Amino acid sequence: MKARRTLHALLLCAIVFLFLGAGDTDARFKDLGHRMMCACGCGQILLECNHVGCTYSDKMRDQLQAGLDKGNNDDLILQGFVQEYGPTVIAAPTATGFNRVAWIMPFAALAFGITFVIYVVRSWKDRPTPALADGIVPPFGQQNSELEEFRKRARKETDG
Amino acid sequence: MSKVGSFALQLALCLSAYSFLAGLLALFRRDAGSARLAETARRAGIATFGAVLLAAIVLVTAAFNDDFSIAYIFHHSNRDLPAAYKFAVLWSGQEGSLLFWSLLLAGYGFVLRLRYKTDQRLFAHASVVIAAVQVFFLLILNFAAHPFAVMQGGLPPDGTGLNPLLQYPEMVIHPPMLYLGYVGFTIPFAFALGALIMKYPGEKWIHITRRWTMVTWCFLTIGVFLGAHWAYAVLGWGGYWGWDPVENASLMPWLTGTAFLHSVMMQEKRGMLKVWNMSLIFATFLLSMLGTFLTRSGVISSVHAFAQSSIGTWFLVFIAITIAVCTYFLILNRSNLKSEHKLESLVSRESSFLFNNLLLLTLCFTILWGTFFPILSDFIQGHKVTVGAPFFNRVAVPVALLLMLLTAVGPLLAWRKTSIESLKRNFLYPAIGALAVGGMMILFGVRPWEDPSYFYATMAAVLSALVIFAVISEFLRGGRVIAGKTNQNLISAMIQLCHRNTRRYGGYIVHFGVALVIIGVLGTPFNKEVEKEMGFGDTVKVGPYTLVCQSFTQDDNPNYGNEWAIINVFRGGKQITTMYPERRFYKASQQPQTLPRIYPSFREDLFLVSDLYLVYEGINETTGRPIIKAHVNPLVPWIWIGLIIMVFGTIVALVPNAVAVTAAATAQIRTPAQVGAGD
Repeated sequence: MKARRTLHALLLCAIVFLFLGAGDTDARFKDLGHRMMCACGCGQILLECNHVGCTYSDKMRDQLQAGLDKGNNDDLILQGFVQEYGPTVIAAPTATGFNRVAWIMPFAALAFGITFVIYVVRSWKDRPTPALADGIVPPFGQQNSELEEFRKRARKETDG
Repeated sequence: MSKVGSFALQLALCLSAYSFLAGLLALFRRDAGSARLAETARRAGIATFGAVLLAAIVLVTAAFNDDFSIAYIFHHSNRDLPAAYKFAVLWSGQEGSLLFWSLLLAGYGFVLRLRYKTDQRLFAHASVVIAAVQVFFLLILNFAAHPFAVMQGGLPPDGTGLNPLLQYPEMVIHPPMLYLGYVGFTIPFAFALGALIMKYPGEKWIHITRRWTMVTWCFLTIGVFLGAHWAYAVLGWGGYWGWDPVENASLMPWLTGTAFLHSVMMQEKRGMLKVWNMSLIFATFLLSMLGTFLTRSGVISSVHAFAQSSIGTWFLVFIAITIAVCTYFLILNRSNLKSEHKLESLVSRESSFLFNNLLLLTLCFTILWGTFFPILSDFIQGHKVTVGAPFFNRVAVPVALLLMLLTAVGPLLAWRKTSIESLKRNFLYPAIGALAVGGMMILFGVRPWEDPSYFYATMAAVLSALVIFAVISEFLRGGRVIAGKTNQNLISAMIQLCHRNTRRYGGYIVHFGVALVIIGVLGTPFNKEVEKEMGFGDTVKVGPYTLVCQSFTQDDNPNYGNEWAIINVFRGGKQITTMYPERRFYKASQQPQTLPRIYPSFREDLFLVSDLYLVYEGINETTGRPIIKAHVNPLVPWIWIGLIIMVFGTIVALVPNAVAVTAAATAQIRTPAQVGAGD
């Protein structure tokens, strides 16, 4: 009974392992295939290249599958492709060396922009209200309190 | 015929050069003769349109007459090309498309010069700027990319034909729309530069160009989306946006143009951001030029680009001169562009515009950076790197999501200051609705924590819902008030509401369309695809569909031979349609072309509509059986519906208001600004 239960458990583990592996390889194939370009010059992602008679995409997909079947890790597979097809085969800059700049710059620009906008908003808030030019008087001789009433009414009518 | 075309182009160059020089001289001279000189410059500008139009007519006529003595016609047409595509030959190649650019610019200039009485001096300045741009294009056409160059040697019996990718109905519309957008931004640019040079007081130049800018923006929007639809319907890879450099080139001026349309309201209402608005419209024009440079110089490889040529240098010089002129006058006349008011609160419409501009410009910078990074990398590292879709998706999507949040929040904020109560009142129901959408997605099995793409899709759905509910609540709230006062039904009241402030509510409709576009895009992580060889009676399952290959067949016509599969599509055991994915072989150009077939499932799914997308990839040489690739692309049809709504919203915004919107408390402000006018 115990041996049977152990056998069942082992079988279950084996099936789970097998399916986990299969799903993982499929997902990795899809992931890696979308991280590389087809080398035929069509400018498309490897798994999206649909050129009839493309001499590269089928071969590259087979190479990718072979790499996965061998149990190579992602970096090794990508390196193999870079060696064979050149650095342009990778669809996005790597996070190494000068290529890091490609990733940093957009976020640096956003951070700079946010800082700048906050600076602008603050400086505007601190700025005194522009004075009226000489000779211009508030119409109807209104005082600030009266104008504030108008403002409130306008806000109430137009807010939202 | 080529001589007539060449003469027309030379005449156009002389006329536009005169229009530029005489116009410039008239602006500097202050004597009695300057008005007469300005008038001759204006008329020369009008006549330029006639000359360029003649050149374009000659080229199209040559295409229809199969005049292969003209090299351009030989390279882009053939005898059996259908008539619509013969017309499209005008913009299908390098030289012709530059002529088309010039024609559109001359057309815009023609209209502008006829309406000069609106403000003669400002129009005279703008006319000179337009003439300068026109001279540049006509110089290229006459000396670097001549569309009427004749073939050397004997007369060829037939042309090499139009690129098969361009033989698609949308290609007859897409380039004109895109060019109308690109070229159209020359008008607000010309007015802005003119206003800057003459230290034009006030915001009148913005009022004059507002409709131009919106129409131009609308054309560019249509052009960009038609390009995406063309890529979807013709290229056959199942996607609509590949972050190709040429696609990026069309998106960049659209982003800055959108930023301008928003921030210009701050100048109109509050007299703020004057330098910024000038810079934005300059940037938009320059990015249009940069896009034209990218497609024509061969500096960046792209499937969309024209052949590599030397005209890139011309564009670089022109862009450099434009930057120098704009910068010089911005610095020289900056005192005229001082802001008239201050910002009162961070929670206000003004600050939402600032952040909206920041995000749009960050997106634009990201795209510009990614597009040019391969060149930079080549320069610094000695080798090019690819900057493709994975980069743009990872960097641009978070920024785009933030922008969606602002799209929902911004329009509901009041000018100057928004109270907490008002925020609560305006956002409670839209926020509950948006969160409910997110909850439903999780309930239906989307796990945002499992994969970044699912997370982004969920966020995009929530934010799109927020935009949609916010827009609906705005219409309902305003409609109810009018309905209560006028005893109309709610629909009529909402139409009246729209008519009272078309710009504001047209803008909301555009935002609604943008939300639908985002909904269309967010289906991408859930795409499914299957590729299979299909013999007679073979079946394949993809998503909810079962495809059965009924047959495959061939046909032939003078322009191309084709083969296609006949695929019956079943869903839930019931046949819903038959599709005919096709592959053509164009005889003149000796090039193959796949033609996917698309079935949107409106009848079956309505809101959760998806596209069944079939591609006939060709025949397996070994087995002799066709290879069919099937995609199920959820929600994609919403992108095109979103475009229609965006265009509709723009048209609404162009309609004049039925009732002038004014506010009471404008007294203290020197230049009257409409407090909380709301658009």
